[in-house]
Amino acid sequence: MDPLEVARWQFGITTVYHFLMVPLTIGLGIVLVAMQTAWHRTGKDHYLRMTKFWGKIFMINFIMGVATGLVQEFQFGMAWSEYSRFVGDVFGAPLAMEALIAFFLESVFIGIWVFGWGRVRPKVHLTVLWLAVAGSVVSAYFILAANSFMQHPVGIEYVNGRAEMADIWAVLTNPTLLVHFPHTIFGALAVAGSMLFGIGWYHLWKRRKEGIDTVDENGYVVVGSTGSKARDEADYRGWRASFRWGGWIAVFAFLGTAFTGHAQAQMMIQQQPLKMAAAEAACHDGTGFSVLSVAGADSDGATTCDDVVGVFEIPGLLSFLAYNDFTTPVEGVNTLIPQYEEQYGTHLPDDPRYGERAGSEIEYLPIMEVTYWGFRLMITFGGLAALAAGIGLWIGRKGTVPHDKTLMNLAWLSILAPFAANSAGWVFTEMGRQPFTVAPNPDPTGVDQVWQFTAAAVSPGVSGEEIVFSLIVLTLIYALLLVVEVVLLVRYTRGGHPAGMPELLADERDDDDHDQPSSDVLSFAY
Amino acid sequence: MEFLPTLWFILIAVLWIGYLVLDGFDLGVGMLMKVWARNESQRRVLLNSIGPVWDGNEVWLITAAGATFAAFPHWYASMFAGLYIPLTFALLALILRAVSIEYRGKSHSQTARNMWTWMMAGGSFVAAFCIGAMLALTTTGLPLDEYGDRVGGPFTWLNGWAVLGGLAVVGISLAQGWAFLSLKTLGAPREAANQRLRRYLPLYVLPAAIWAIMVTAHYPKISASAMLVLAVVGLIFAWVSSNRRKEGLTFTGMVVFILFGVGSIFMALYPNVLPSTIDSAYNLTIESASSSAYTLTVMAVVTAIFLPIVLIYSVWSYRTFRHRIGEQHIPEAAVVTPV
Repeated sequence: MDPLEVARWQFGITTVYHFLMVPLTIGLGIVLVAMQTAWHRTGKDHYLRMTKFWGKIFMINFIMGVATGLVQEFQFGMAWSEYSRFVGDVFGAPLAMEALIAFFLESVFIGIWVFGWGRVRPKVHLTVLWLAVAGSVVSAYFILAANSFMQHPVGIEYVNGRAEMADIWAVLTNPTLLVHFPHTIFGALAVAGSMLFGIGWYHLWKRRKEGIDTVDENGYVVVGSTGSKARDEADYRGWRASFRWGGWIAVFAFLGTAFTGHAQAQMMIQQQPLKMAAAEAACHDGTGFSVLSVAGADSDGATTCDDVVGVFEIPGLLSFLAYNDFTTPVEGVNTLIPQYEEQYGTHLPDDPRYGERAGSEIEYLPIMEVTYWGFRLMITFGGLAALAAGIGLWIGRKGTVPHDKTLMNLAWLSILAPFAANSAGWVFTEMGRQPFTVAPNPDPTGVDQVWQFTAAAVSPGVSGEEIVFSLIVLTLIYALLLVVEVVLLVRYTRGGHPAGMPELLADERDDDDHDQPSSDVLSFAY
Repeated sequence: MEFLPTLWFILIAVLWIGYLVLDGFDLGVGMLMKVWARNESQRRVLLNSIGPVWDGNEVWLITAAGATFAAFPHWYASMFAGLYIPLTFALLALILRAVSIEYRGKSHSQTARNMWTWMMAGGSFVAAFCIGAMLALTTTGLPLDEYGDRVGGPFTWLNGWAVLGGLAVVGISLAQGWAFLSLKTLGAPREAANQRLRRYLPLYVLPAAIWAIMVTAHYPKISASAMLVLAVVGLIFAWVSSNRRKEGLTFTGMVVFILFGVGSIFMALYPNVLPSTIDSAYNLTIESASSSAYTLTVMAVVTAIFLPIVLIYSVWSYRTFRHRIGEQHIPEAAVVTPV
């Protein structure tokens, strides 16, 4: 069995899965810092409740990111040893820096934060969270430096058939990275924003449904209380703040992804023209942005350029996206592929280490259905999340949300949209890079020999069966763990603020003469 | 000039020693949650003894892998691809173990908690065993061809060395787990720890000792043998200390044992990093496997700056949570109900 296809599926599945957890960790981490800082500054009770509730949600998700991140650190060597040998000199460095500079910071300080309530001084405790979240953000920078190298290799020279690092500063300030990083951080904030918005909406709705909060004749909220600490005014304030913060974050994060995404697209036209052309299903040179193109499959079942029929396109928009004017034509697939074939060859070298793939023809066109729709789904889902948040903020402007179950369902469903947008964006950019693991750098300063076909990157000594085995077990375990994570997220979400602060319910459970727990008892324990 | 590859060989050894010292006791405590603990509150004492620190400890493994990738890409590629199956098991074990630590306390039923305990204990065992097998095979080699690719089927790695190395790390982890519990807990776990260490410490580290002796015999070198002697001294010191109920000194002795024991193995291996069992001409060495001098220099500077910082805040974290915990410190299990 040819290991290439299964190895690619494995990398795709494990990485997309890992990146369900990562943006929530980064985005919610940043929001958590803001919440605890707000509590520290103002002393307002509802900020503490938010910090504790969202801290639980954060941790349920955080651990899954940690666990699945291990696979990422190992699988380059396991399944992609030729890749690791070819670029390890330059690609390994940001990975090692990520571990040493970012992961230690993140992991050590998140442990102190979780167990440190009441053990370290409040100011120190807040600082600890800042440091842990800084670790998350810095880790994103380093791993995106590694990924940007695959998209656009810089800071290197070609020595003895390998890429060797010549300039670490160039690797860490790769222009691709400088737009990739903010785009990813905005994408992460979009995930966190929709999460706060959707769950905030749910709890505001629940308080209305239970008759705790009502509205006056002008539609403004009248905040109520059941007398329980779990259902008092601070509870309302917490959910309202989560709802509002989340809505605004979702809107701004989307705008952020749009601006940085525009910069990325312009860069991509220069750096990976074929990826951008494939994202547009642009077979011929032109200026129009395709809103919808359809294709009939040819006799082999594959879509080629000749089958693509533009249904509706906006003239000039593609040129605007690429060059900020409406007339410069963007090169299409049919123009680009011959250039690639001339420069990088038409066949994989006939080396027995490539197994069955040796001497096979290189297909330069990425799978166009994936790039075309991946690009559009990313934008659509991102836009839907922001639209939901914008409309939601308007609906909720008078202090609460309507007592309407359909709207509530739409609000929590909007939580899923930014996750889908993140996944679609990654699938687009990674599959659009094919057939390369390291795409060639076409700049005049680029090093001509530093690029690698994916078909040449897979481990020569590892059999397809081995990778099928790991693919199956990892996918099964991942699927089961996703169910567990979602069950826990739902349980803690429904538990509301007391899920993060059981002491809110303690008064009701205990009799007055009940012994208070001794101060020795840990404030949090597994 | 071989200075930089040698420096990086030492740094990789240091990272592995750090991992075995620190995550060693996490893995040991994880196994003991099933092997020793008899009731829920004992299990929770064990779990919470490592609660604030285990995640930071595991980063030593990630850093060891990442640093190997950066400094010795050929070593990383050949070892990880060659050991595809055991590393797959190690990953599965580490995933289930990590998740069980966080989710065990969030489950509501005893059945679920039992399941997570099994994952924790089983995951800790499998992870320790597979990582041990990997370290053992690094020293004795794999059937690698001239390109560094494994020749033969997926199970060519499975030999006596792999089993010995696997058992060695399981044994070290159990001993470290007990040594840590004797320092960090009160009551039953502390008593049990002191008793087990007093009686069985040499037994726990027996596979590791055999491994170290066999490797140093395999590659005879005075420096490696000298380190081995120091490792034995550390071990004797730990055992004597445990008999005198000096808990801090027992742990210190164990650290010395791991430091010099693993040190002797790496010393014996030098200048190879991963030998080929087919032809010694195919051995991966610190020179043939390493990155360019530029990369090694950059990474050395980064490490010189950040490793001390990591050590400082790690020590602070241990100081913050230095108090012993016992059953009286464990709060009621959290039960989350819808509001």
